[in-house]
Amino acid sequence: MRFSHEKIETNLILLAVLVLITVSIGGLVQIIPLFTIETTIERVAGVRPYSPLELLGRNIYIREGCYLCHSQQIRPFRDEIERYGHYSLAAESMYDHPFQWGSKRTGPDLARIGGKYSNDWHVAHLIDPRAVVPESVMPTYAFLERPLDYADIAAHLRANRAVGVPYTDEMIASARADLEAQTDPDADAAGLLARYPKTVVADFDGDTKHVTEMDALVAYLQMLGTLVKFTDYTLKDLRQ
Amino acid sequence: MTTGSSVGAAAGAAEAPRAEPYNEEVVRAFVIATMFWGVVAFLAGVYIALQLAFPALNLGLEWTTFGRLRPVHTSAAVFAFGGNALLGTSLFVVQRTCRATLWGYVDLWLTLVWVVYLLVFAGTILRRREPHIYVANWFYLAFILTIALLHIGNNLVVPVSWFGTKSYSVPAGVQSAMIQWWYGHNAVGFFLTAGFLGIMYYFIPKQAERPVYSYRLSIVHFWTLIFLYIWAGPHHLHYTALPDWAQTLGMTFSIMLWMPSWGGMINGLMTLSGAWDKLRTNPGLRFTVASVGFYGMATFEGPVMSIRAVNGLSHYTDWTIGHVHSGALGWVAFVSFGAVYYLVPVLWKRRGLYSDRLCAWHFWISTLGIVLYITSMWVSGIMQGLMWRAYDELGFLQYSFVETVAAMHPFYVIRALGGLFFLSGALIMVYNLWQTARGTAAPARIAMRPPSPNLAAAN
Repeated sequence: MRFSHEKIETNLILLAVLVLITVSIGGLVQIIPLFTIETTIERVAGVRPYSPLELLGRNIYIREGCYLCHSQQIRPFRDEIERYGHYSLAAESMYDHPFQWGSKRTGPDLARIGGKYSNDWHVAHLIDPRAVVPESVMPTYAFLERPLDYADIAAHLRANRAVGVPYTDEMIASARADLEAQTDPDADAAGLLARYPKTVVADFDGDTKHVTEMDALVAYLQMLGTLVKFTDYTLKDLRQ
Repeated sequence: MTTGSSVGAAAGAAEAPRAEPYNEEVVRAFVIATMFWGVVAFLAGVYIALQLAFPALNLGLEWTTFGRLRPVHTSAAVFAFGGNALLGTSLFVVQRTCRATLWGYVDLWLTLVWVVYLLVFAGTILRRREPHIYVANWFYLAFILTIALLHIGNNLVVPVSWFGTKSYSVPAGVQSAMIQWWYGHNAVGFFLTAGFLGIMYYFIPKQAERPVYSYRLSIVHFWTLIFLYIWAGPHHLHYTALPDWAQTLGMTFSIMLWMPSWGGMINGLMTLSGAWDKLRTNPGLRFTVASVGFYGMATFEGPVMSIRAVNGLSHYTDWTIGHVHSGALGWVAFVSFGAVYYLVPVLWKRRGLYSDRLCAWHFWISTLGIVLYITSMWVSGIMQGLMWRAYDELGFLQYSFVETVAAMHPFYVIRALGGLFFLSGALIMVYNLWQTARGTAAPARIAMRPPSPNLAAAN
């Protein structure tokens, strides 16, 4: 039988079904194996769920659209590794719902910004970027110096657990206390540090009365890229 | 005609054929919305472009930061301006090419859900009194179906609370990246390409008064385009933690995509065979034809940028921004302008545009704006990419990051100027079409063609 396109273009249902099949193939082939091939995410130690304060800081990072100008994905190029640090692993964003790799560097990559500058520097820079970096084109974020809304912090952890982040019952129960402890250098942070190793505890913005959005954002920035100890691995260990 | 006539007859039998007027009220509303949102999107774009050149223009306000306004600009341009253009033209085209009025009570329902849009569109096709579904409608249909698929796939989230607005996406990290770029690139492929190709396939033949150049090429163009496009997403993730096999697939299919894209361009441009002289007298046609030229340019540049070695330089830089805008301004906006210049006189029952000369001004000022935009972004993007990887004679990185930011300044000024030109052109269009819709007679000295006797009498 000789094929004629007439059969398709005179039958709406046939046309629609063939379109759906045609456009589904590529997505299925590219997406499903990423969930099934085990080597997609490298096996490295140290990656943990975000502390409650870091998680809300990350939400502010997303709310303010920081990803529109800052990437969090270092490519395996000599210059990028020298400028930013070890190339990014899939494992390092395995608890990122959604990912924040970005696609534009109007400002520098932030995948390993944690620990490179002091808390004071970050706060001063966010309040007035050009006071610290005269050539910067970043907007001012002085308005982040306002109380952080964390009444529903436990619900945030639960929602993350629902999508696969391994928050334990203990983490959820102590979410509020952990959040407050992270901004109080005088508090007993042993429990917090046990649950979230390498968490930076500090009164980030000097406002001792409130936990601010600034505290949360700086806490998030200060942990970025600090979790994996790369001296423990060779390139062979990190092969996908 | 054989199998086709039976379908046509079945559709006709279900509803006694009668001379129903086309539903043009809803199309008029979409045309107005298209122009309104176009101006909003261009204005927001110019403002944030100026902020990158002169950051003080942020004014220190929370709601005017680049990070807050860039999504406003993008959504207004893609979904509000482009979306209204697609909805309006598709509902116009589907009625004319099926010789049937719209199915259902479109006016109320359309604002509610995409599904209703599909039902109205498909329902109209089912009522058609033409045996064949016209090629423009294939593209519109693929666009509607695939956008629904993408929307569902990209919005799998778990909310924090029932009434709050915050939610967390189901996929994380590398899978989240792949799914978002599957969505993101196919928003380009199906919203901004397939849908607007529907516009091309109707309005260029109409304006040129010539049939589509090649029926066979239309078929090949359609099926290869929609098959290949869906694979292209990973080219946004070269050299990232996405596994190499997925990156390679993305690159391979992106390069192949060059072929159907140019097939479509050839089909559009060759439709003007024997009618090229119309470009001198029909300024609306200039927009649609130039848009196909920009489409050809952007769909060549895209595959080039998807090559990993090229992408290593271009990724994260303004080159990508320039590429997007050669498509968004040159292709999407221009083909929409061309369609709108055709539609307004038809929908408001006018003899022609208020002023062909203003339309020509719009064309040239916008074209100049696009040229300034994309050339400045080529230079700044490639320069920034090269500065990032430059080493001095001692083997150290030659430039700090902020030196590359400072180097962008003149190009950001030029880009903002290009955007300003484009916005000015759109405002000229709004004025021109407003006067056309009102039925204002064109002043004789502005008219490019001699006014008809009737118009002269009205003066």
